[in-house]
Amino acid sequence: MARSDFDRHLGQLEADVILLGSLVESTFYTALEAIRTRDKALAEKVKTDDDLIDEQRRSVQHACVELIRREAPVAGDLRRIVSAWDIAGELERMGDYAEGIAKIGIMLRDQPGELDIRTLPGMADRAVGMLKHALEAFLERDEKRAVELAQRVESQDEEVDRMYADLRKKLINEMRNNPDFVETGTYLLWAAHNIERVADRSTNIAENVEYQVTGRMSNEH
Amino acid sequence: MNQPTRPENILTFDEPAVLETRSLSVFYGSTKAISGISLQVPRGEVVAIIGPSGCGKSTFLRSLNRMNDLVPGARVEGDVLYGGASIYGAGVDPTDVRYRIGMVFQRPNPFPKTIYDNVAFGPRVNGVKENIEEIVEHSLRRAALWDEVKDRLKSSALDLSGGQQQRLCIARCLAVRPEVILMDEPASSLDPIATQAIEALIRDLAQDVTIVIVTHNMQQAQRVASVAAVLMSDERRVGELIEYGPVDQIFGSPRDPRTEAYVTGRIG
Repeated sequence: MARSDFDRHLGQLEADVILLGSLVESTFYTALEAIRTRDKALAEKVKTDDDLIDEQRRSVQHACVELIRREAPVAGDLRRIVSAWDIAGELERMGDYAEGIAKIGIMLRDQPGELDIRTLPGMADRAVGMLKHALEAFLERDEKRAVELAQRVESQDEEVDRMYADLRKKLINEMRNNPDFVETGTYLLWAAHNIERVADRSTNIAENVEYQVTGRMSNEH
Repeated sequence: MNQPTRPENILTFDEPAVLETRSLSVFYGSTKAISGISLQVPRGEVVAIIGPSGCGKSTFLRSLNRMNDLVPGARVEGDVLYGGASIYGAGVDPTDVRYRIGMVFQRPNPFPKTIYDNVAFGPRVNGVKENIEEIVEHSLRRAALWDEVKDRLKSSALDLSGGQQQRLCIARCLAVRPEVILMDEPASSLDPIATQAIEALIRDLAQDVTIVIVTHNMQQAQRVASVAAVLMSDERRVGELIEYGPVDQIFGSPRDPRTEAYVTGRIG
């Protein structure tokens, strides 16, 4: 394969990773809506979307194997393909978290009216924002800018951790004071945990981008 | 392309090097082929020389055992030290240098003689009269060829397959007990199975011989070598050393952007 063909295939691989990221993002917001409204049809849609995410992850990783097999890439090219493989795996796990959140919506379906899901949307916005910036760093060709973007994502993780800790404290207090809230509170904690994990995995992607760009491994998240 | 090589991109060793080039330049007539190459070849390692076609890899390799002396008009500036002493010094016999620093070429070049005579040739020329049979057997065993030829030592070397001929040339080289073997694309004319045998042999020989190998095959360089030197031509088409380091650095995270561009196939 000529170099231009290789670049074209690498560009396609990157586009497929970004498509996977977009799928994850929209599925995540659908899942939050499913928990707020406890709409079974929305929860079912999340399940279908997660199947699509799984399929797209397989497709990206298959493309990685094909490129490695045909091109025996080295140096920056190899790191880029390995990153794409790894990021696809991280995104697929995020899809699982979205599905987990949607399932909580079904479990809470006996609750009347709209559910007060507290600060979950704010946490979700920040976690998804981290994901977007991590993928922006993945696409960034300029080494310095890519590292800056990746490091910004890593620093935002602490904020999501703090929001999760605050919400956890409030929910536990509420459960102590109101035993009728224990079931709902437990499920909301579970959902909050899933959102916090999305932030963690966005951080993994950012660290991965740093490795891809610099060739140096940072500590595992 | 005209970027200076940064000194931190050139690996150095604390241990005394078996071979060392100092500001080595080679000219063919008035044409400069390579310029100012300084590197240390550590003892017992396999060093790969890589770079685009025409960057002076073979010229550099041939200057390490004075093989360029045989090219009319070839001239060397700078120095090559073997065991700390110049191989270009006054009174140094080039033939003696070539026995200590042997060479295996791109295409196998056995003499049109028997398998036995090919291996016995070097020791005989060196005046060895006793234990020639032992030397032949030991050398053929070391070159992983003994089991295939032990029953036909008196057959012509030209009847062997390409891969066997190349291993015979390595055995011929080993028979004079060199400390260093220079290999100029030793597997480029061989099929994948014969190549695999040569690569396994290189790794095995590296236990007691230092090997410097020129190769165009990036995967081969990674499989057999521990250290790699990247040569590249400047805008005047003169070869220079742009990076020298462990193979995992050269093929994993090269320091010089020109190395990255070469190993990933963007140039060359």
